[in-house]
Amino acid sequence: MEVSMTVNGRAVSADVEPRTLLVHFLRENLRLTGTHVGCETGYCGACTVHVDGKAVKSCTMLAVQAEGADVKTIESLASNGNLHPVQEGFWERHGLQCGFCTPGMIMASVALLDENNNPSEDEIRHGIEGNLCRCTGYHNIVRAVEYAGAKMRGEEPPPPDWEGGE
Amino acid sequence: MTAPSRVRPARVAGGVGDSTLRPDGIPKLEGSFEYAQDLWQEGALWGATTRSPHAHARIVAVDVSPALSIGGVHAVLTADDVPGSPTFGLEHSDQPVLASDVINYWGEPVALVAAEDRDTARRAAAAVKVRYEILEPLTDPGEADTRDEAFRRIRIRRGDQEASGPVVVEGYYETAMQDQAPLGTEAGLAVPDGQGGVDLFATSQFLHVDHEQVVASLGLSADQVRAHPTGIGGAFGSREDVNLHIHLCMLALRTGQPVKMVYDRSESFTGHVHRHPARMWYRHEANRDGTLARVEARILLDGGAYASTTPAVLANASYFAVGPYKCDSVAVDGVGTRTNNPPCGAMRGFGAVQVCFAYETQMDRLADALSMDPIELRRKNALTTGDHFATTGQIIETPLPTVEVLESLAAMPLPADSESDLLPGGSGLTTEARHVMRGIGYAIGIKNLGFSEGFDDYSQARVRLAGSGAVVETAAIEVGQGLVTVLAQIARTALGISDVTVEHVDTSRIDSAGSTSASRQTQVSGGAVLKAATTLRDRILHHHDGDDLTDQGVLRNGDVIVTMGELVADDWQETATFRHPPTTAPDEYGQGKLHADFAVAGHRAVVDVDPELGLVRVIRVDTAQDVGKALNPEAVLGQIEGGIMQGVGLAVMEELVVEEGIIRNPNFTDYLLPTILDAPDVEALLIEEDGSWGPFGAKGVGEPPTISSTAAVAAAIRAATGKAIERVPVRPQDIAL
Repeated sequence: MEVSMTVNGRAVSADVEPRTLLVHFLRENLRLTGTHVGCETGYCGACTVHVDGKAVKSCTMLAVQAEGADVKTIESLASNGNLHPVQEGFWERHGLQCGFCTPGMIMASVALLDENNNPSEDEIRHGIEGNLCRCTGYHNIVRAVEYAGAKMRGEEPPPPDWEGGE
Repeated sequence: MTAPSRVRPARVAGGVGDSTLRPDGIPKLEGSFEYAQDLWQEGALWGATTRSPHAHARIVAVDVSPALSIGGVHAVLTADDVPGSPTFGLEHSDQPVLASDVINYWGEPVALVAAEDRDTARRAAAAVKVRYEILEPLTDPGEADTRDEAFRRIRIRRGDQEASGPVVVEGYYETAMQDQAPLGTEAGLAVPDGQGGVDLFATSQFLHVDHEQVVASLGLSADQVRAHPTGIGGAFGSREDVNLHIHLCMLALRTGQPVKMVYDRSESFTGHVHRHPARMWYRHEANRDGTLARVEARILLDGGAYASTTPAVLANASYFAVGPYKCDSVAVDGVGTRTNNPPCGAMRGFGAVQVCFAYETQMDRLADALSMDPIELRRKNALTTGDHFATTGQIIETPLPTVEVLESLAAMPLPADSESDLLPGGSGLTTEARHVMRGIGYAIGIKNLGFSEGFDDYSQARVRLAGSGAVVETAAIEVGQGLVTVLAQIARTALGISDVTVEHVDTSRIDSAGSTSASRQTQVSGGAVLKAATTLRDRILHHHDGDDLTDQGVLRNGDVIVTMGELVADDWQETATFRHPPTTAPDEYGQGKLHADFAVAGHRAVVDVDPELGLVRVIRVDTAQDVGKALNPEAVLGQIEGGIMQGVGLAVMEELVVEEGIIRNPNFTDYLLPTILDAPDVEALLIEEDGSWGPFGAKGVGEPPTISSTAAVAAAIRAATGKAIERVPVRPQDIAL
C-alpha cells in the first residue's frame, strides 16, 4: 500500500507491504542505513529515530503508521559539515567503540536534551535506558551527553575524565 | 659516505601515548559508516538458512521443491551442493557446511535459499521439508566425559605430587554459558566475479582463516576467493568462526548474482559459538603462613557439538587454573566435552574467566580458613617476574606487576555508604533501602597475550607513503576496539610523520594479520607496523643521506632536502612481518614455555543486595590493570569499562539457558544484557612497566578487564549475604532461598 511521509526534510512516498517495518522502509527503500537493527524486539534501541519529534524504536512501528509524519534519522543531524552537539560529545568523549548502537544512542540523547538540556547523571541514565551498548560500559556515553548538554546551553563542557590527573 | 647521525623521530601529534580520537568516529556518528548489514549491490538476492529444530536427529529426507516453487526463489542448496570440503572448522575441520546425515545441535544449518527479497527468502527457508528421525541428545557434559566424548584432555602435573599442607579448602563451582551479544549480528555480501571466483564481504575477526575455510569448501584455488574486511558491530570472540561465509559464497556462485544475508537476533544466538559453561572441582592446601602447598583442579568445559576453539579454550582454563599465584605442587585435569549442546568457542577471556571465578573463591575461602586478610593472602602468593608459572613451569620473563596491582587496588578509596541512588531490582522498585546489605569483594586474574602452545603467531603490515603522508595497510580486523587508531599512532611515532591513515585490505593484497582475539592485535599487528615503519624511515634516510623525516620530508641539518611530495612520487613502501617470541607445545605433563606474555588485572566490586528478594545492584567496580604501556590511555579505559561490564553481566544476569540442547532465551528480552542503569561506576589505574615485547612495551588490554570482574562481584555478593555463591550468574534464588 501507498505510504507518504517526510524523512529528514524530504517528502517521500512508496508502495510498501502493510507489514513493512519503519526501520526496513528507512534502510531498504530509502537506503538510509545509519539506522541499525540490533534485536527486532524493541529492546536494544539501535533503530531509534524521531517521529514527530519523539524518539521511537523504528523496529516496533510499521512504515504505514508513520503516514504523514515527520521522521528524522541520524543522517539528518549534522548540517553543513558541522556535527550536532550530541555527535560532537560522543566524538570528543570517546562515547563509541564499534559504533553500532551509536546512531540510536544519539537520537535518544537528542530527544532527551530537547526536553531537558541540563539533565543530572541520573536523568541521563534514565533518559536513555532503553538503548543498549555492548562495548563501552556506558561511562563515556554519559560523559558525551553531559558534554552535549553543556554545548547546547552555551556553556563550556566539563573537562574529560582523563585530563587533570589520575 | 659516512652514515649520518640520525635523530629519533620527534614527538609527533597523534603518536603513541596520546588519547587520539578514532578515525572511524565521524562516519559512525553520522550514520554513514558501512557495516556488513548495510552492504548492497543492485540485483542482489537475499539469502536465508533452514535450520534444524532438533538438537539431535537423523536426516531421513530433504525435499526442496516446496521452497523452489515459491515465486522469486532463485536457488535452494543442500549438503549435496557443497562443491569442496563438506566440513569446516577454525582448528579442526569437523563441522558440516550443511548437515547431510546427522544433526548434532539445535539450529544446525540444513539448507540455504536465495530469493529476490528477504521475506521470500525466509518463507522459502521455512518451506524446505526435512524429515527427521529424532535421536536422544547427549546434553549432560558429565556423561559425555564418562563416555569419553572429548575434544581434548589436558593433564598437568608439576612438582612433588605428594606435597601437602595443613590447611585445606575444597570447592565445586559452575559458570553458565554466556553470549558475546555484539549489537551487530552476523551479516555479509558475496559477489561473484564472473570468472568462477567470488569476493566476500562478511563479519569476521580472522580474515585469512575465514578465507582458507571458504576456499576449501568451495573447492576453488586461493586466488579465486578474496575475503574483504568490512564494518563490524562488535565481536568479543563471536566472529572467530565461520558461519554464513561459505553459505553466502555458495549461493552467489550458484545464482551468479550478489547475495546478501543478515542473521536476525534469534538466528545469531544459534549462528555463533558461546562462552563454554564450566564445572570445576578444586582443592587448595596451604601452610599455616598462607603459602600455597598444593593446588588440585578438575575442569570440565562443555564444547557442545563441534570443536571450534574448544581445545585452545580448555588449554587456557587448565593452564590458568591456579591464577596469578606461585605454587610448586600442581595437578590439573581438564576435559572439553562433545555433546549435543550449542557449540562453544571464543569469548573475551577465553577459558581464563571461568577458572578465575573458581580459584578466587578458593583463595577467599582459604583466607577465611587461615583467618588471614584476603589481600595479604594473595600478596603472599603473588606470581611475579622471574617466578615459575604454577602450572606450566615456565619462567615469567616479561613484567608481571601482580603485587602492584593488588596494592594499588586495595589503596583506592571506597565509595561512601550512601553512594547509590538506585536500589537493587531496577525499575521494579520492590526493594526497600532498609533491607539492603552492602558487600565488597576482591579478585585478581591472569591471562596469556597472543597465541600459545607453539602456534606460529604472526602479523604482516605494510607502510607506504601516499597522499601527503603515510598509509598503513593491514588485514587486521577493527571490531570497535580502536585498532585503526592505535596502528596509526604507532606509525606516526615510528615514522615521525603525523599524517597517517589505516587502510584495511583484502586477503589477496597482504598476508595474514592473525585473529583479532587473544588481546593480540596491538602487540602483534602493532609490532608489524612498528617494524615496517621503522625500517621504512631508516631506508629513506639512508637513501637520501638525511638525518630526520618529518611531515615536510627528509631533513639534513634542519633543511628540507627532499619534500614529502617527492618521496610519495617515489612510491616508498615497506612490508614487515612480526612474530612474538616463540612458544612451545606442552609436554605430556603440560610443561613448557607455552605462553609469550601475560597480563594481570585486579577488581574490587561493591554491591548492594536485597537478601530477601535476591536482587543485586553492582554499585562500583574499581580496577588496577597491568598494561605495559598505554598507547592510547582513553582507548584503554574504554576497553576496561566495557570489559568490566561484560564481567558484571556474567556475574549477575547473563546466561543462555539450554534445556535438552535447546536455547530457551535466544532474544534480548530474555537474555539480559546490562543496561546503562546496571552499569557500575569504574575507577581504573593503569599500571605501566617497561619490558614487554609489544610496541613501546605495550601489552594487550582487551581481555583482562573481563577475567576477574566476575569473581570480584561474586565475592562482594558473598560478603553481603554470607551465602556460598558457587555459581555464576548469581540468580535471585541463589541469594534468597
